[in-house]
Amino acid sequence: MKKILLLACCTFAFNAWADESRVGLKDDPNRNLVIGNCVGCHSVDYIPMNSVFLDRKGWEATVNKMINALGAQIRKEDVPAIVDYLTKYYGK
Amino acid sequence: MTTRRDFLKGAALIAGGGIALPGPGLAADDIAAALLPAGTVEQAVLESLPGKRPLIKRAFRPPNFETPVEYFNEVLTPNDAFFVRYHLSNIPQIAADTWRLKIGGDAVDAPFELTYDQLRKEFEAVEIVAVCQCSGNRRGLSNPHVQGVEWGYGAMGNARWKGVRLKDILNKAKIKQSALEISFDGADSGALATTPDFVKSLPAWRAMDENTLVAYEMNGENMPHWNGHPARLIVPGWTGTYWMKQLVSINALSKPQQGFWMNPAYRIPLGKFALVDRFMSQETAVNTPITEMVVNSLITNLREGQTIRAGAGFEIKGIAWDAGYGIRLVEVSVDGGKSWRPAELEKDYGRFSFRQWRYVVTPEQKGGLQVMAKATNRQGSTQAFELIFNPAGYHNNVVQKISLQVA
Repeated sequence: MKKILLLACCTFAFNAWADESRVGLKDDPNRNLVIGNCVGCHSVDYIPMNSVFLDRKGWEATVNKMINALGAQIRKEDVPAIVDYLTKYYGK
Repeated sequence: MTTRRDFLKGAALIAGGGIALPGPGLAADDIAAALLPAGTVEQAVLESLPGKRPLIKRAFRPPNFETPVEYFNEVLTPNDAFFVRYHLSNIPQIAADTWRLKIGGDAVDAPFELTYDQLRKEFEAVEIVAVCQCSGNRRGLSNPHVQGVEWGYGAMGNARWKGVRLKDILNKAKIKQSALEISFDGADSGALATTPDFVKSLPAWRAMDENTLVAYEMNGENMPHWNGHPARLIVPGWTGTYWMKQLVSINALSKPQQGFWMNPAYRIPLGKFALVDRFMSQETAVNTPITEMVVNSLITNLREGQTIRAGAGFEIKGIAWDAGYGIRLVEVSVDGGKSWRPAELEKDYGRFSFRQWRYVVTPEQKGGLQVMAKATNRQGSTQAFELIFNPAGYHNNVVQKISLQVA
């Protein structure tokens, strides 16, 4: 269900001027959770672009900056799984 | 001004010299690749935004696209190759005839609105050649790496801007003595209402400087969409963060502008960099807004590992720039920094412009050769040999080192 929703919003809702659909993130059960929480505001290439040099603390600070400074609507209980995923595949 | 034909001729020469011109859909052949994070290099494809040539894609949305170094072989960066940098993803296409610029704030006596026609007709038109460089240009070269858009060398460009003096607009609004800062808002916005709008301010004295413009033309054409159509702010000497695009409102304020993009964003730690232009109303005990660009240079026609011929003259080309004090000297070393010789400075397009330079080397012996270039401005400031690390990766003017093979 979540996947379908994602697909729908990627197709219709965003101003994608060049082809961002090719940007892939590493496959994982939490991949769609990460995409779903990030892609509303920015293309997900921001994640691999910032790799690999952040440790868990660095990714945690980045996710918290998105929530506290930039207004991302991420449920508190989803934060650990998002940080886990970012650290596992894009962290040092 | 350089014509498109001149550029193509230049481009053909470069191509003939063994440097491939960028084409669409390819992995970006990025001169910074060895110094960038691995993930940055993997993501860096050549992509065209509408109206733009293929540029190095750092991020699709908000769009952050970098100019490949080849384009810096000419002094004015072509509009369709000029870098693109946005913070927020809703970027409306604005028709000039429906656009309005609102001038107000608590520190003016006569707020008013301008149409595009009025902007072009009711104020004196002026032109200036000036470098627009993102504060974070070369952030990707920071060691250790820091989070952000991982730019290489090309988050900058040089253009001839035409517009009107901001001080003429502020004077028409009867700016008051109480004006401390002038704040600027563009038409862009975040995808969510909770995302802070990108609003920036300048100290009133910098806003009233005769070189600060509201520009509607770039290199003789109407302002391109991705560079701020219909009109943007031009703040020669200061980093791109102040050069508000798609400008829709200007407010003279008696109090400091608040907001994420003023603080904590775009800050440098106090005590690390020599500061001339200070933004005192925004300064804290520990940091201050980034303001002026530091003196810098770029070698534009060489690639790491390139082969040149022994016994033949080889021209090394580059550019130098600073915050507008003017480039006094560019020195080149071909022995890894042991000895330095002055390069020949090319035509002066004004103190805020790129200054092109050239240096001819005739290598006698085969083997390795390391090329470096270092600019000094009229204040005596020069480039760093070691990175002055700061958390946002600003002010990177570390001298480049390019290794060549002589065969």
